[in-house]
Amino acid sequence: MSSEKFDFAFAIGGAAGQGIATPGNILARSFVRRGLHLNAYNAYQSIIRGGHIFLTVRISDRPVENHGDKLDLIVCLNQDTMNRHISLMGPGSRIIYNSDAIKPGEANQGAHLCPLPVVEITDGNRNRLIQNTVSLGSMVSLLGLDFQVLEDALRLHFGRKGEAVVEENVNVARAAFEYTAANFLPFERPLPEGPKPLAVWTGNDAIAMGGAAAGVKFYCAYPMSPATGVLHWMAQNGPDLGIMVRQIEDEIGVSMMTIGAAHAGCRAMCATSGGGFALMTESVGAAAMMEIPMVFINVQRAGPSTGVPTKTEQGDLWQMLGASQGDFEKFIVAPRDALDAFNTLPQLFNLVDRCQCPGIVLSDLLISEGTFSVDPDVIDMHPPIDRGELITDPANGDEYLRYEDTKSGVSPRALPGMQGYIHVVSTDEHDEDGILLSDEFTNPHKRRKMVEKRARKIQYILDDVPPPKLEGPEDAEITLIGWGSTYGVIREAIEQLEEKGVIANHLSFKWIVPFKAEAVVEIIGRCKRTIMIENNYSGQFFRFMRSETGLDVDGHIRKYDGEPFMPHHIVQAVLDQVSGQTTHSVPFQEIMV
Amino acid sequence: MSVIIEDINSGPPPAPLKAKDFKGKVDPDWCAGCGDFGVLKGLQSACASLGLQPHEIVTVSGIGCSSNLPGYFNAYGMHTLHGRSLPVATGVKLANHELTVIATGGDGDGYGIGGNHFTHLARRNVNLTYVVMNNQVYGLTTGQISPTSCHGMKTKSTPFGNVETPINPITSSIMNGATFVARAFSGDPKHMISLMEKAIQHKGFAHIDVFSPCVTFNHDNDYKFFKPRIKRLEDEEHDVSDWKAACEKAMEWGDTIYTGLFLHRQQATLEDQEAVLAEGGPLSFRPIAVTKEKSQQIIKRMM
Repeated sequence: MSSEKFDFAFAIGGAAGQGIATPGNILARSFVRRGLHLNAYNAYQSIIRGGHIFLTVRISDRPVENHGDKLDLIVCLNQDTMNRHISLMGPGSRIIYNSDAIKPGEANQGAHLCPLPVVEITDGNRNRLIQNTVSLGSMVSLLGLDFQVLEDALRLHFGRKGEAVVEENVNVARAAFEYTAANFLPFERPLPEGPKPLAVWTGNDAIAMGGAAAGVKFYCAYPMSPATGVLHWMAQNGPDLGIMVRQIEDEIGVSMMTIGAAHAGCRAMCATSGGGFALMTESVGAAAMMEIPMVFINVQRAGPSTGVPTKTEQGDLWQMLGASQGDFEKFIVAPRDALDAFNTLPQLFNLVDRCQCPGIVLSDLLISEGTFSVDPDVIDMHPPIDRGELITDPANGDEYLRYEDTKSGVSPRALPGMQGYIHVVSTDEHDEDGILLSDEFTNPHKRRKMVEKRARKIQYILDDVPPPKLEGPEDAEITLIGWGSTYGVIREAIEQLEEKGVIANHLSFKWIVPFKAEAVVEIIGRCKRTIMIENNYSGQFFRFMRSETGLDVDGHIRKYDGEPFMPHHIVQAVLDQVSGQTTHSVPFQEIMV
Repeated sequence: MSVIIEDINSGPPPAPLKAKDFKGKVDPDWCAGCGDFGVLKGLQSACASLGLQPHEIVTVSGIGCSSNLPGYFNAYGMHTLHGRSLPVATGVKLANHELTVIATGGDGDGYGIGGNHFTHLARRNVNLTYVVMNNQVYGLTTGQISPTSCHGMKTKSTPFGNVETPINPITSSIMNGATFVARAFSGDPKHMISLMEKAIQHKGFAHIDVFSPCVTFNHDNDYKFFKPRIKRLEDEEHDVSDWKAACEKAMEWGDTIYTGLFLHRQQATLEDQEAVLAEGGPLSFRPIAVTKEKSQQIIKRMM
């Protein structure tokens, strides 16, 4: 690894239906096999054909935690992409396009136009998608790679479609590779190689795999963007792993079926987005009241209502906090990235099993639909499993109290089918034996006892939920506070700020409920100047933190245009706030997608 | 610690039980004369005569007068949310397909708020029994129309008469693909019990709509209304494999109202077709960890 970081980003833009995913996937695979780190973000719309799709892929010889600020290479598959983005391409960048169909715009000084006469290169091939393969050949040449790398990837990708398709694509790619080598300047620094091959996954893959590693045996869902990827992974891999996977008629059915499976003894989970979660809401309280451990996953998209189905936002926090009527205990956790989401699932399952209550994973489109490299050796498919107080021995007699009022509040749980533990669970308030309070008379002392019993369960595991940690220099001038998926981009912004002479540290929240208010008060008490960064309009986490701690912050950076933060958005906003221009920044989204 | 539960119930086979052995810890708080008493007793008798043990049964209900049934029944039970008995029962059954799962509830619970689940459960053919205590009115909320209330019925929510047409649970169920569709009358317990026994034994989704009169809020469809009209299909020539004839008989609503087994056919259950359940016993008692070999395969596919 050379001392200077290799940091390269390319984009492929076009319309839905132009097959952008294919070259993106082929290259992503080739790069991670080469040992390079990768972070890909696909900006798209809820449109079946047309619109504007813009895939950004950033690669590096070091871990990359966001899609970056700049583009080194763009592939324009249509005129729209050219028109929208040519002005973003700086000195040294390359702009690839089909010169038979697309007119170049005015390129910035130092940006290289690479027109590809697709008809000539492909010998008149009339396949609409062949320009994608032409672009691949050209890109691989510009990146200074051996053609064999691409040929192998094409053979693997098109292998299932038969030898003729493979040969067609390999020949076209080779012609484009040779044309590019003869006509355009390659990048000065060729693509390096990493020490070992990496793997690639999406955030939704990671969530599904985390569930599988946690021992999930039942998964059901109703398709909803951007959570559908979890269902697809489960449907593909479930049969082999002994996981029952079902698609259900609506999200109410989904969450209630999950409750049924969980009550019968399976680790069970379900994933959706905010609108589907709204339908599941009543089930959250049902799981809490019947004390059935299960996991809900909400992958946030921009709302309200149907909102912007293909765009990201951190706008569902209060929906999670208020999910279901009544006053009860649940976990809410917002993972920071795909690997963190993977690791969070088994942690959360252990907590909900120990507390016999529901838990919510709050992901978002940025994590769930992003594509990321991952070191295969850190994927631990055998995490510690703790199913809590689960009774495993048969008993005689009928003395069993399902909701026994124990010191910890946790009542040993027996599963249906076991002799000696017959009981009824109910969403009505009930006594220790499960009998409805309203079946005798609504005894206020019993009601109080049961409310306190359930509340106590969380107190008893509190030490196992880590408080947030301040990362970076203790005496930094600025503390950037974020939660969930902004972790990576804030980290990079802090590096860039340091280059500009501003020292910042980072307080990132993952565990939201239970909230470690005392620890937070102590940490923030040591900070000099705090700036809260959120992907929403109203500062949902800020308002939650203030309600839990009484603390204010010194400034806000909020983005709610549907697109995620880029590092420079945060850097510029912090600089503006340091210079006293404002205390409330709303970064401008330059890439129009 | 990974928990593996095997052979949870060892020991000699238990003695056969009587209906009273299925009596729960609590006595029903239904109004005197409520049809649900008969349904509860009938279900207890059916379970006893089939030689079932309480721990092998899970009753699952929604919300409503009749949905209180699990609390009155000595078996594992779940008293869940309004309209949601069927998805919960499905989850229980798929997680542990060795259990006998009986979903119970009322007409509002099952055909109104839970209507979507009812539609899809029928076509899914999960091996469970669904007993609907149909009193054609909302009782727990003190008397409003239900999806099965007759046209013209006066209730607190329809003081000038119901202008809507009721759904027909039997034809709905048949059209949606249910493999066992029956109607019973709580006032004809022997017949009802025989249908319940058949329903529990049936491999697949078995739906029994039971006329279970509400003596407090529905004075239109009481015992006096049903008694002279009820005719058992079993007393006539009826081919249970003929769905068209079944629908015609189910649509009769005049001097004759049929009870009995309308439709019965054999079809692979969802569990039979689900490869995950082919071997290894109930999912809920299987080892929790993914094998090393399988995890390596998954990770390899990501590279």
